[in-house]
Amino acid sequence: MTEASAPLLDVRGLRKYFPIAKGLMRRVTGHVRAVDDVSFTVNEGETLGLVGESGCGKTTVSRCILRAIDPTGGQVLYRTRDDRVVDLVPMSRQDLAPLRKEIQMIFQDPFGSLNPRMTLLDNVGEPLLVNGVRRRSERMDRVAELLRLVGLRPEFMHRFPHAFSGGQRQRIGIARALATNPRLVVADEPVSALDVSVQAQVLNLLLELQGRLGLTFLFVAHDLSVVRHISDRVAVMYVGQLVELSPTAAIFASPLHPYTAALLRAVPVPDPRVRNDDGILRGEVPSPAAVPSGCYFHPRCRFAQDRCRQEAPALREIAPGRFARCHFAGQF
Amino acid sequence: MPPTHTVINPPLPAAINPPLLAGPDPLLRVSGLRVSFKMDEGTVRAVDGLSFDVFPGQVVGIVGESGCGKSVTVKAILQLIDPPGRITGGQILYLQDNRIVDLTRQPARGSAMRALRGAEIALIPQEPMAAFSPVHTVGDQIIEAIRLHEKTNGRPVSRHDARGRTIELFRDVGISMPEQRVDAYSWQLSGGLRQRAMIAMALSCRPRLLIADEPTTAIDVTTQAQILALLRDLQRKYATAIIFITHDLGVIAQMANHVVVMYLGRVMEEGPVDEIFHAPKHPYTQALLRSMPSMQGETRVALPVISGTLPHPFNRPAGCPFHPRCPDAITDRCSARVPVARQVEANRIVSCFLYHDEAEAP
Repeated sequence: MTEASAPLLDVRGLRKYFPIAKGLMRRVTGHVRAVDDVSFTVNEGETLGLVGESGCGKTTVSRCILRAIDPTGGQVLYRTRDDRVVDLVPMSRQDLAPLRKEIQMIFQDPFGSLNPRMTLLDNVGEPLLVNGVRRRSERMDRVAELLRLVGLRPEFMHRFPHAFSGGQRQRIGIARALATNPRLVVADEPVSALDVSVQAQVLNLLLELQGRLGLTFLFVAHDLSVVRHISDRVAVMYVGQLVELSPTAAIFASPLHPYTAALLRAVPVPDPRVRNDDGILRGEVPSPAAVPSGCYFHPRCRFAQDRCRQEAPALREIAPGRFARCHFAGQF
Repeated sequence: MPPTHTVINPPLPAAINPPLLAGPDPLLRVSGLRVSFKMDEGTVRAVDGLSFDVFPGQVVGIVGESGCGKSVTVKAILQLIDPPGRITGGQILYLQDNRIVDLTRQPARGSAMRALRGAEIALIPQEPMAAFSPVHTVGDQIIEAIRLHEKTNGRPVSRHDARGRTIELFRDVGISMPEQRVDAYSWQLSGGLRQRAMIAMALSCRPRLLIADEPTTAIDVTTQAQILALLRDLQRKYATAIIFITHDLGVIAQMANHVVVMYLGRVMEEGPVDEIFHAPKHPYTQALLRSMPSMQGETRVALPVISGTLPHPFNRPAGCPFHPRCPDAITDRCSARVPVARQVEANRIVSCFLYHDEAEAP
């Protein structure tokens, strides 16, 4: 980790509101605040885990960073290979094109994310073609190298995706993401569709590739034990906001935000001797279209006080490197 | 209506293959079950000689990775296997009113199975969105089930009473404002509420056996914790026997009191939950437990993995199905013969040559 230099990625006040249109005239009657003031940094060579339950906005954040969708506001500052810091949000498609090589994505669904009509050579080689590698023999060499890198045999390149298992397909997806020598890889739930035995293989591969290629990961997932295993730091989202951001060891040992604590307690422990129904979070996640007053978590928080109902807390640094969005963070 | 069941008189027939655990009469005994899917490319043996018991009030967890046959087993019990799938062997013995009925001999669409499904054996499916019809209210669907199965003096209970019972059930499973929610459509409910409504429906006819097929896989972790706590409470309250199917070892540890570990349609190991997690015997169980990232262990280090991948269903390995991936495989032996599931200790069944010598007849 290079703490001293500027971070590779610096997300500041990121917002993405989706309009809710109603009636014949499709008049906009409100907004779904899918991402609402999210700020974090990712240092070069580190893995930042982004966790939260479905609908919390974690996938929207990753898509905004990739500019797969356009943010409503905020900045996504990215430090390029030649050490310039650029804001990806206002960039045009043309300006963005050279940077796309540096930021790549690994998808969740190993079945939906590969084109079933294309061989591995074409699937994995597509980003190369797009980025100007016209000669087929050159692409074949590179694809062979990539397949070897992810633990697949280069001879497989003329086969189609259906011939491969879920774990192997996820390796193919990883090979494709690495085709353009990216620096930042956004992985959205890369192991959640895989069986336990295969999940471990893919996690090991990601760690190994990170070490070998100096990759930086933004690892989006809902499985806390997986995120704990792979991340240097962990960011927790709730209803479109970051509620906590801390180094992995610290967040799992002593969470600052009551939501993080509840999330940790909700993980079913693979030990029948530890059965505990205490502190189960009641109620449900509010809709990002109709958020509660004050702190978004207060209706479910067992420590909630009057202040929490009225005043929205800001994300603030509670201890060095530890951030939480709670009026009473660290006091429980 | 004359009974159409195939009636075998008690006592229970001696276990056929393999020998099963001794004790009181089980509510359900699956014995040597085989289910195959015959396709153009070949035959898939989805369940290949599976045996296990479920005793009254017991929560049996069946754990295994995709393709191990756990969902097919559920469908076989309920006689819901669609062609080209077919039960090709074994028995599923269900204890009903002190008679033993072999469910594999019942016509899938016959009155015996129809009277059993929902009333005696209920299912909580994985995807509650797909399980409820979107064009009827959830209340109406539950009322229909109650009126189908529950009779007073030979006539269905009144709509009014069934509705009252549905509201009562909704309260039981922790649905707030049950009087309003009973008239909601499934798509108006959140994932957690929908799964609660599904549980209410499954419990509506007071089944003796509940089959929960990955009931929390599609929902978030905090909602999952609520649903698991609810199922545990209801199980304590009604002493319903549950077959709990999941791929999640954490969920199994939290829910089951007896665990069956499956791989490629066979039982690898079976025993009390504490022993499976703290003293696993089969190399597959051991490897599976090791390969999980834990909430305590060292982070960012390589996890121990199970080498190789699940074989393709048309390409079942000869011998023990796990031997190509097994770190303890004994050369020539594990690849040649199939170990049977045999009792090796009180309450422990293992199918592995490390613990016994008994192979399946070729």
